[in-house]
Amino acid sequence: MKLDINGVVRDIDAPPDMPLLWVIRDLAGLPGTKFGCGMAQCGACTVHLDGQPVRSCVLPVSAVGARKVTTIEGISSDGSHPVQRAWVEADVVQCGYCQSGQIMTAVALLEKRPDPTDADIDAGMSGIVCRCGTYNRVREAIHLASRLKRGNR
Amino acid sequence: MKRLVLPLCVAFSLPACGDNHPPAVSPVAPNAAGLAAFETVREVFQHPRCQNCHPAGDAPLQGDDSHVHAQNVLRGKDGHGNIGAECTTCHGPANPPSAFGAHVPPGNVKGWHMPTEDLKLVFVGLTPRALCEQIKDPARNGGKDMPALRTHLDDPLVVWGWAPGFGRAPVSVPRDRFLAAWETWAGAGAPCPGDATASR
Repeated sequence: MKLDINGVVRDIDAPPDMPLLWVIRDLAGLPGTKFGCGMAQCGACTVHLDGQPVRSCVLPVSAVGARKVTTIEGISSDGSHPVQRAWVEADVVQCGYCQSGQIMTAVALLEKRPDPTDADIDAGMSGIVCRCGTYNRVREAIHLASRLKRGNR
Repeated sequence: MKRLVLPLCVAFSLPACGDNHPPAVSPVAPNAAGLAAFETVREVFQHPRCQNCHPAGDAPLQGDDSHVHAQNVLRGKDGHGNIGAECTTCHGPANPPSAFGAHVPPGNVKGWHMPTEDLKLVFVGLTPRALCEQIKDPARNGGKDMPALRTHLDDPLVVWGWAPGFGRAPVSVPRDRFLAAWETWAGAGAPCPGDATASR
């Protein structure tokens, strides 16, 4: 099957029920997306399908179809996406394992809610578990990214 | 000989004719039959597979014990979840393969969602009478009359209740029996129970 991942159309030789996460990491060689729980309960594996966040660990690759896959490697080539810049500035990362899922979800959140409230952030990010408990810094970084995106800083 | 006995059974509703023969015509009045059928309908609507997405609050429920959905998942204004945590973030276009194991979010081709914030269509905790009246009320059921409600029973998200995927109990009433009960209830004028006894 053909799969558009980060703007590159690839020929993927995989059984139809292989989780998209396996394809991304093992077949496409993009290890930025992490395996956490394997049952859509932690959010570490979050990627975008046509801009919508999905848990790639529970999505059979055959369900992707013509939708475009975007991984953490695809939102910028050099870490310059406003959310990534905000993440660095707010020093969000502790162990870092959940950060790919956090950032992909934050990117999707800001696309639809450019100036989110704390409540918007809490509601939108609650499915991404951080074992280090960096939630306050995640919230701070999303507010900062919002300002960066809007040129308000 | 059998050819002769069978019509007699039907004609006179003889109970002694045996199990292989058509049942006797019910002496139950249409309204009572409709009420009995509604109890079957109610059992379906208040089964966890159906009521988990029709909670009284804004958090969906999950599991056969209808506990509150983990991860602070909420209905959102349009019933599709919150931005960043939409239902379809985890619930895909079909049930995952059984090989993925238990506790993996089920999916549906229609796109997972629940009723909107403005029209919650609560099933949980309602008395049979309150549930019955709500189902029939176009002001509370999304503007549906009885034929439209019947059509809605073929909605993919409704049908999913009988094929919920690995590790989940399907609706306890077989679908064909549910549909027959619905037709009986609707055909009897969709009567509602008169008492206010709590249903669960």
